[in-house]
Amino acid sequence: MEGAKMQVEGLSAYYGKTKAISEISVGFPEGKVSAIIGPSGCGKSTLIRCLNRMHETLPRTRVEGRILLDGEDILQLDPVGVRRRVGMVFQKPNPFVTMSIFDNVSVALRFAGRHSRDEIDRAVVRSLQQAALWDEVKDRVDAPAVSLSGGQQQRLCIARALAAEPEVLLMDEPCSALDPVATAKIEVLVDELKSHYTVIIVTHNMQQAARVADYTAFLYLGKLIEVGPTESLFERPKERLTEQYITGRFG
Amino acid sequence: MTRPTLSPGDPIVRRRPRRWGDLIFAALVGVGGIGVLVLILAIVGILVDQSAMSFRAFGWGFIIGTQWDVKNNIYGVVPALSGTLITSAIALLIGFPLAIGSAIFLTTQAPRWMRGPVGTVIEMLAAVPSVVYGFWALYVLGPYMRTSVEPALHRYLGWTGGFNGPATGTDILTAGVILAIMVIPTISAISRETLAAVPNSQKEAALSLGATNWETTRYGIVPYARSGIFGATILGLGRALGETMAVTMTIGNRDAVPTSFFSQGQTISSLIANELTNSNGPLQYSAIIEAGLILLLISLLVNVVARLLLWRVLRVSGGSTE
Amino acid sequence: MKFDRSARRKLWSHTMTVLAGLCALVALIPLASVIYQAAVLGGPVLSVDFLTANPPSPCSPVVGQPPCAVGGIGSAIQGTLILVGLATAISVPIGLAAAVFAVEYRGRFLGLAISFTADVLTGVPSIIAGVFIYTYFVIYYPVIVFSALTGALALSVIMIPIVTRTCEEALRTVPHSLREAALALGIPKWRTTLQIVVVTALPAVLTGILLSVMRAAGEAAPLLFTAFGSRLGFQGFNNPINALPLLIYNFAESPYKNWISLAWGAALILIILILIASVLSRLVVNRMVRRMRGG
Repeated sequence: MEGAKMQVEGLSAYYGKTKAISEISVGFPEGKVSAIIGPSGCGKSTLIRCLNRMHETLPRTRVEGRILLDGEDILQLDPVGVRRRVGMVFQKPNPFVTMSIFDNVSVALRFAGRHSRDEIDRAVVRSLQQAALWDEVKDRVDAPAVSLSGGQQQRLCIARALAAEPEVLLMDEPCSALDPVATAKIEVLVDELKSHYTVIIVTHNMQQAARVADYTAFLYLGKLIEVGPTESLFERPKERLTEQYITGRFG
Repeated sequence: MTRPTLSPGDPIVRRRPRRWGDLIFAALVGVGGIGVLVLILAIVGILVDQSAMSFRAFGWGFIIGTQWDVKNNIYGVVPALSGTLITSAIALLIGFPLAIGSAIFLTTQAPRWMRGPVGTVIEMLAAVPSVVYGFWALYVLGPYMRTSVEPALHRYLGWTGGFNGPATGTDILTAGVILAIMVIPTISAISRETLAAVPNSQKEAALSLGATNWETTRYGIVPYARSGIFGATILGLGRALGETMAVTMTIGNRDAVPTSFFSQGQTISSLIANELTNSNGPLQYSAIIEAGLILLLISLLVNVVARLLLWRVLRVSGGSTE
Repeated sequence: MKFDRSARRKLWSHTMTVLAGLCALVALIPLASVIYQAAVLGGPVLSVDFLTANPPSPCSPVVGQPPCAVGGIGSAIQGTLILVGLATAISVPIGLAAAVFAVEYRGRFLGLAISFTADVLTGVPSIIAGVFIYTYFVIYYPVIVFSALTGALALSVIMIPIVTRTCEEALRTVPHSLREAALALGIPKWRTTLQIVVVTALPAVLTGILLSVMRAAGEAAPLLFTAFGSRLGFQGFNNPINALPLLIYNFAESPYKNWISLAWGAALILIILILIASVLSRLVVNRMVRRMRGG
């Protein structure tokens, strides 16, 4: 795909001997939101974890193929550097439970190396604002992160990911543990984020994909079935499987 | 009493008078359970009873008495108690970093194939009997301390005043080092358990932010496990405080308050080991028991604190963590 | 600039990994040295006679005199077997009963109190167990203060809490559904507990007992003023008796060459026995864990 921020080429991933995804090629355009949908077990989480090499943190995983970030294969780069450029938000909010709200965000800057106190303060505020959490926590940034509600915790995790100033933000079913109100807030947020970041979001919720994504990819049994602009994929699916899935006949 | 109706094909359950069997069984296992509670009370009780004579003679002065003078029949616990506390402090000072370092290495840094086997071997340190460590110290550790470690410490740290006097290799410092070796497996094993119980999500959070391997451990894993590590350390302290054989064989057994790390000294447990069966009279006997009572109370306190910490970490939050 | 920073972080990370690895390595040195020493100094004296003969009179070789009798550690092995055997017979029923009570009859407070007390008791210094039995017998049965009986009792005080805790852990791993299934069949609770729960957990229960036996076999401190030690073999439960750790302690600091060699041999035997037992127990536990995971 032309102008893709991230381009996956012939990617296969294995857990031990099981093949989780097979020969996937897909591009994720810059400054857009791309959704990856599919029934559970289709490999969408595996795919997104490969995009910042988080798959390597699980035992006995192996990938083949290429994953290009701005034309460079991230599988050949230092994983720590890759993860600084490609941030990630997980299914369940996972703030550092022993740290305050402030420290949760500032720790990301600490991983980046030395920053002045002033710089850190400003970056924390900016990230919390970007994650639409600042107004709710500005009076208690030193409170423990776990004192926040689930939805707030998830936005804190987004703020933390943004503080590292990534180029791409991966979101692995970020709303699956949240209630509808908190979900709506995150969806609005995702829409705002795409002006600064390339966002890739995995979801099992087709409506969510339809609401937030510019492009959507449909995975089934580890294979990429169809990819295209969200509207055309939902309204004029080219593949029978896609049609069956979005009309709710399986999954 | 209503009888359930049986339909054909149902097995006929013979109703047994099971109440008596259950009652007797409950009573029997109850005796065992109560036995454990009684045991600790009995231990404390008999030591309190037997230290009465010493308590009458010295009162609370026993706790601050700096003399253990068999000739004049004056007894204070400070010489032995200070030996116990100083050797235990040395043990933690040396043992803690090594134990935590190896626990961190084996849970987060080492290649996976290495973790289990090396962990097992480190825990085998705990299986070697105290008396064997003592014996080993007489032949290996003590001479090494005397000829290499202690002269070097004297040369470089002699100005502090803590490393003066003849280097003998049977002194407070050597006892502390042997205790360090013995607390490592305790602290390391339980720290490993708590580090392994840290949810993966914490590790992933750090990694996904571009943290290096060490930063992930330092900010994502260790803080989460800190109260477990603390509990493990206290438990290690408990072991050091009460250890007897290895200390008795290395500390020099002199009833005086140590003035240097090279002083011969005594711990409460080595005092008991050396003097209980050859005391010069009932007062010394009672004073030894009172020292033992103090050791018991300290180790009970330490263990209660450690267990409360560890129960919270490993039982309550062990299952679901978020 | 940016490259320098990340290179420095990476270097720091590697440095810390190496440091942590060094900690593990340093922690292993004493074990290696202990085993090496015991093997070098104790290995040469091992023989069949060594395992059966009683300790000899003290002797150091003198030029021109006949060589010292080597002797053996027969009485210590026999004594350790008797002491630990008797202590096991005392502590296993009590510890297992306490564990069953704490797990199966947990009327919230009492059950918790028992497991907590057992936990705390495992931290009581072993020498205090010896002091406890010693003072009790000095008051009530002074004639048999130094005897096989008091030695075994002192070891039991150490073993009971260990048996209780390990058996408790073992019983807790038995799924609750199994108990319910048995009770629903109309099997009385005591039979359910003994024939289903305890039997299911048996490998882990045995491992727990093995752990406590290992611990007791290596203890010298509680035996100093109970079993006391003796160069003779078993003389009845009311007389002093020898044990491997006691022999090591008594002979290690003696000036006699033949006694010191015996002590090294005894240390080697003790280490071998305990290492075998700890490897065995670990294998059993690993197999149990695998079986439970496999369903």
